[in-house]
Amino acid sequence: MIEVKNIEKSFSGNKILKGISTVFETGKTNLIIGQSGSGKTVLLKSLLGIHTPESGTISFDGRIYSELNPDEKRELRTEIGMVFQGSALFDSMTVAENVGFPLRMFTKDNNKKIQERVDFVLKRVALTDAHKKLPSEISGGMQKRVAIARAIVNNPKYLFCDEPNSGLDPNTAILIDNLIKEITEEYNITTVINTHDMNSVMEIGEKILFLKDGLKAWEGNKEEIFRTDNEAVVAFVYSSNLFKKVREAYLKE
Amino acid sequence: MKNLIFKEIDDLVIGSLGIVAFISFFVGGVVAIQTALNLTNPLIPKYLIGFATRQSVVLEFAPTFISVIMAGKMGSFITSSIGTMRVTEQIDALEVMGVNSLNYLVFPKIIALLLYPFLIGIAMFLGVLGGWMAGVYGGFISSAEFINGTQMDFIPFHIVYAFIKTLIFAMLLATIPSFHGYYMKGGALEVGKASTVSFVWTSVSIILFNYILTQLLLGS
Ligand SMILES: Nc1ncnc2c1ncn2[C@@H]1O[C@H](COP(=O)(O)OP(=O)(O)OP(=O)(O)O)[C@@H](O)[C@H]1O
Ligand SMILES: [Mg+2]
Repeated sequence: MIEVKNIEKSFSGNKILKGISTVFETGKTNLIIGQSGSGKTVLLKSLLGIHTPESGTISFDGRIYSELNPDEKRELRTEIGMVFQGSALFDSMTVAENVGFPLRMFTKDNNKKIQERVDFVLKRVALTDAHKKLPSEISGGMQKRVAIARAIVNNPKYLFCDEPNSGLDPNTAILIDNLIKEITEEYNITTVINTHDMNSVMEIGEKILFLKDGLKAWEGNKEEIFRTDNEAVVAFVYSSNLFKKVREAYLKE
Repeated sequence: MKNLIFKEIDDLVIGSLGIVAFISFFVGGVVAIQTALNLTNPLIPKYLIGFATRQSVVLEFAPTFISVIMAGKMGSFITSSIGTMRVTEQIDALEVMGVNSLNYLVFPKIIALLLYPFLIGIAMFLGVLGGWMAGVYGGFISSAEFINGTQMDFIPFHIVYAFIKTLIFAMLLATIPSFHGYYMKGGALEVGKASTVSFVWTSVSIILFNYILTQLLLGS
């Protein structure tokens, strides 16, 4: 469980996060939604300690990040897996080397064991014949899947995904959503996903945090998002005709 | 870590051998020819050609000017590769995993460049060899006279001085471009700008350190 209390973050005097509090639960897929530029990535990076918030606290199962010493911070980070918005694969390494990287850095496993684990997670993301390729030689969707494989290879307790399925075709997008949900439940991970894909919200939105202009404008789950009267949510989620119709049908039932 | 160091040695040191050898050989040759052409007074002995070639190659050309050239070659390679990792969030990815990214990226380069003096040693040798070939085959001087000149008034401390400079330049070459890449902000365009800025600062520092070290070690 990750507890966020009142965090604020500015860049050169420009306040991006204006005091956000929420709880991300363990074993659930927690979604952060909101318009482009609403601060989703900044929030995620603040949770990860890439950005340092000016105020507020973030606690990982009781461990308050800002109060940890550098060793404890590193220790905590080895429990975190992150899928970046642009994948952030190491471009001098092959797919298999990328995925095995956290294991080589942080475990004493021998090569054979690492290779087995790499094979296993790559199979998990439905990539079986890309081991020896470089990131520049595979498609964007494959890169995303490699990034997910790298994020889960060391059995993280916390998984963060910044738009894991943006730029993917609908089939692959759903495959990835379901994969993340499955892994979250199977290993009881605390998963936080940034998205503006409404399909994901409807598929895996067990807890949804809606950001607007750096503030928490709404939170709930995917059933509640159908019923809410919150204007900002309705304007954002039901801006497409398709979802408007889905909502009407849902409310009639 | 061992693999990373070998990779840096390959990229930075081995990868520069060709260009360093080429430049040293021909510049050594030109130094010899220029000296020969300027020795018009028959009272000045010919072996000065060998002497002048040795002094300028060993004391300045190989350690200092090759390093300025390497500030362009190695420096822009280091800045752009680390800078690209910064803008594509690869450095953030390292940090999130709990890797000390600054250490991980810069330390292997510093270790690899401990071999930089070998590169400069080769430059010294090839520079003098180039001078000898240009002098002898250009018909300016006999082989024996040139070799005699290269051995004249040899001061062992000059070699120590040249290699102290080299080692310090190596550290400048490893660190300044790394920091320019590591602390850059922006996108692909800024990577290019950072490489240029890093070249300017690295070469300016090399020239300044050269002045200071020469004053400290040889002056007074
Ligand atoms: N490193 C930074 N320095 C300065 N400003 C930043 C930085 N990172 C983000 N911002 C600003 O913070 C705001 C929120 O950006 P953020 O990347 O969090 O948006 P987002 O919700 O993730 O959008 P998208 O859906 O397009 O990814 C933007 O106005 C952006 O310009
Ligand atoms: Mg974003």
